[in-house]
Amino acid sequence: MYNFEFEQPGTIAEAAAALGSEDALALGGGQTLIPAMKQRLNAPGTLVSLSGIAEMKGVCLRDDGALSVGGGTIHATVAAQAGAHYPALAALASHIGDPAVRNRGTIGGSLANNDPAACYPSAVLGSGATVVTNTREIAADEFFQGMFTTALGEGEIIVEVRFPIPEKAHYEKFVQPASRFALTGVFVAKYADGVRVAVTGASEEGVFRWSEAEAALSGEFSAAAIEGLSVPADGMIGDLHGTPAYRASLVSTLTKRAVAAAH
Amino acid sequence: MPKDSGIGASPKRREDVRFLTGAGNYTDDINVNGQAYVHFLRSDVAHAAIRGIDTSAAETMPGVVRVFTGADFEGVGGMPCGWQVTDRHGNPMQEPPHPILAQGKVRHVGDPIAAVVADTYEQARDAAEAIDVDLEDLPAVVDMKSALAEGAPKLHDDLTSNLCYDWVLGETDDALVDKAFAEADHVTTLELTNQRLVANPMEPRVAVGTYERGTEDYTLYTTSQNPHVIRLLMCAFVLGLPEHKVRVVAPDVGGGFGTKIFHYAEEAFCTFAAKACNRPVKWTSSRTEAFMSDAHGRDHVTKIELAMDKDNNFTALRTNTLANMGAYLSTFSSSVPTWLHGTLMAGNYKTPCIQVNVKAVFTSTVPVDAYRGAGRPEATFQIERVIDMAARERGVDPIALRRQNFITEFPYDTPVALTYDTGDYNGTMDKLEAAADIAGFAARRAESEKHGKLRGLGINSYIEACGIAPSNIVGMLGARAGLYDAATVRVNATGSISVMVGAHSHGQGHETAFPQVVAEMIGIDESQIEIVHGDTSKIPFGMGTYGSRSLAVCGSAMVRATEKVINKAKKIAAHLMEASDADIELKDGVFSVAGTDKSVAWGDVTLTAYVPHNFPLEEIEPGLEETAFYDPANFTYPAGAYACEVEVDPETGKVTIERFSAADDFGNIVNPMIVDGQVHGGIGQGIGQALLEGCVYDENGQLLSGSYMDYAMPRADDVPFYTVDHSSQTPCTHNPLGVKGCGEAGAIGSPPSVVNAVIDALQSGGNEVAHIDMPLSPARVWQAMNG
Repeated sequence: MYNFEFEQPGTIAEAAAALGSEDALALGGGQTLIPAMKQRLNAPGTLVSLSGIAEMKGVCLRDDGALSVGGGTIHATVAAQAGAHYPALAALASHIGDPAVRNRGTIGGSLANNDPAACYPSAVLGSGATVVTNTREIAADEFFQGMFTTALGEGEIIVEVRFPIPEKAHYEKFVQPASRFALTGVFVAKYADGVRVAVTGASEEGVFRWSEAEAALSGEFSAAAIEGLSVPADGMIGDLHGTPAYRASLVSTLTKRAVAAAH
Repeated sequence: MPKDSGIGASPKRREDVRFLTGAGNYTDDINVNGQAYVHFLRSDVAHAAIRGIDTSAAETMPGVVRVFTGADFEGVGGMPCGWQVTDRHGNPMQEPPHPILAQGKVRHVGDPIAAVVADTYEQARDAAEAIDVDLEDLPAVVDMKSALAEGAPKLHDDLTSNLCYDWVLGETDDALVDKAFAEADHVTTLELTNQRLVANPMEPRVAVGTYERGTEDYTLYTTSQNPHVIRLLMCAFVLGLPEHKVRVVAPDVGGGFGTKIFHYAEEAFCTFAAKACNRPVKWTSSRTEAFMSDAHGRDHVTKIELAMDKDNNFTALRTNTLANMGAYLSTFSSSVPTWLHGTLMAGNYKTPCIQVNVKAVFTSTVPVDAYRGAGRPEATFQIERVIDMAARERGVDPIALRRQNFITEFPYDTPVALTYDTGDYNGTMDKLEAAADIAGFAARRAESEKHGKLRGLGINSYIEACGIAPSNIVGMLGARAGLYDAATVRVNATGSISVMVGAHSHGQGHETAFPQVVAEMIGIDESQIEIVHGDTSKIPFGMGTYGSRSLAVCGSAMVRATEKVINKAKKIAAHLMEASDADIELKDGVFSVAGTDKSVAWGDVTLTAYVPHNFPLEEIEPGLEETAFYDPANFTYPAGAYACEVEVDPETGKVTIERFSAADDFGNIVNPMIVDGQVHGGIGQGIGQALLEGCVYDENGQLLSGSYMDYAMPRADDVPFYTVDHSSQTPCTHNPLGVKGCGEAGAIGSPPSVVNAVIDALQSGGNEVAHIDMPLSPARVWQAMNG
């Protein structure tokens, strides 16, 4: 690790100001950034920790019925507190990494990083959630722009994520044996106006919506409704842990299982 | 009734108190006043010529003490190989130099090019980034078959090719082997890979070198399984130092699994640099460095053929293996695919004709050496996989086919150079069939199928040659060391005992088990006995711990030394009781004169030995301390049978282990709890190899599985609860305790049963899958089903 300056602002405004300085990077839970810094693969001049900003933490139900999760909320809190309102989201959070990761890593950090194998992006996209930053609101469909790429601007901070609560939902994750990130994960959510299916871990473009399955499931919400449907292997990730064809197969299998398990 | 002390009891491990409460003293816990830190600049390419190294900028960086390159070690020896293999033509293996820091070329990713010693670790690392290395890339040599092809790029310019040796064992007459196969009723052929593994002990390697200018004494603290071996190799072959001026200390070591047997360049470097810099020098490996500098394990590519007659008797076995040596010969690398592998190709079976061929190959990868089992897992895997395949091809029960071909009479001379002294393979298989409830499998399979899962049962036998090793035999086979061990039993005046042993405990529980033996022999409480190990200034010259040898070899030395102590103590007791030596009996720590009520206690005798006021000084010396060296007459032959039951998710290829049963014959057992634990750990590692682990290089020699993000270690929830049965016991016939060794069994015996079980599961679902190479990841199993 190289030397760096460290700041821990107490408000979003102070954080935004601190991030305006050259070579400054926001630090959420540090579950990706800190290991990269230890490997000397990343060398920010200043780390601006968001962990001291109380207004960015916590889970609550909004007046419009959506579930609000503060951008600085750790996974363990979502796992413990979101269950009453959005059990599929709480279940997803409870299976990210291990207890050490869940007690440091934050939803905002995960989304801003947009690792193609992360779990949270599938929940956000699959719920049609809104990502609220210090400057604007971004629809999930606009937010994710490919592997490790998002709509966030320089120094922009995720302060909140608003999840419309579905009638039924489930996240089905198949873990990569080494990292236990999602080799492929599918988030299915059934709303009054249709079904959303978001897939993580599989595509070279990062998290994506499987619209063909969404259309079929919006007609009939059952595993049988998507029997025979599949995503093309072309464009899926191929690596040590699975070929594109394998990942494409997992997308179908896990979607069916997610539908069957949704409640 | 289970015993509560002595041989056969299961006291809790006394060393665990310090390990579990954070009071262990590991090498990285050792910090010497004034120490500097070294960072190694390692190659990030697989094969390149070094055209120049400019260290001038680095030398002026803050805190830098000195920058070293290969040029600083030109007058120094390289890392030695401890075993010279003679090839099939009678010629010695090709043995390239292995410098401490690269000279002229780098030959694998991770090969150290330069070393920066600085006041702090971060300063050393900063300065290393300022070193300018001019590398001219050369083609990487990764795949073994390509490495042996005509015109392949040579890794070592001074060698004739990338072939280290071409070795044959067993029947050397090809025509006789061909004839046996031609006459066979059936031949089963299997091509397989035994994949490369990274040992990954929890504690990474660490070395701290010190030098006392006033006395010219060196001390090396290091993460080693065998401190005396390291001292001998480093002094005699690398640095040219007098052994009596060098102390090597291996304190608490957090797992070795073989990878801490070897003498590594970083150890020699820290010792050398301590004098060159006149400061203690410390190196602590990062996990990233460990992946690219710890010796790797396995990495064989094999074709095995099994010939049978019309009644399914095995008539011949032929196996051809390419064994990856990596870029250089690590300390015992050459012996692993030969004398630790070829010699086990008889397995548990009376196959009359066996031919083993091994070609060892240099590639631009990390050196490969012994890893838990070392050669024997590779042998077992091929034999037990090809037998399973043969059973399926012939439509016979895999257990019956094994039983039919088991060796049943002992001693048995195998066609591949070993003499099995004892065993009862049918008896052990009986224990397994009961422990694994083989009879209930069909019902369990039906239950799994109801839930949409395929269930498979895999069985295998195994045998290993342990208690390494008779020095005269291994000397003839090319070992450049003896493989005896040593123990000193030092009885203190008050009767407590320190036992200084050459074996090294890094997870094996010697500190608990060894005292059980001495306590049993004398009849005193185990708490009065302490094991001292891991420091060449304290212990006699023993060869350390590997090859499941500690109790069989060092324990035998300890028994011999304790016998000497008891004999002398009886003389003292006889004197005290004015009786004849021959009439003295020792029981429960009390010496008595046979047929009388006269007795003296152990403590009275020991006190007399050191306060010899009333002592037969004209006959014996005062004091009570004896040393014994023990060189075994033969290897020991632990053997067993394992059963694994898996479920396979046919949609995802995911394998889960539902049941795992082990029946092992370890001969006599000193501490059953520790033995169970050793087997559990070994099976865990075997399951890791079977399902999860795999070290992968790309075609450019880049390590793709260079961290835990891509190298899958087994976790607690990957393994089941095990059923182990150690009641099948045929004691070793040639060591005083009748023990065989248990440390490697689990890792040797488990991979074939897991793979056999998965194949069985897939076949039960109608998938005509004959073999899948390890690791049987979900993707590979799915691919096999959807190929």
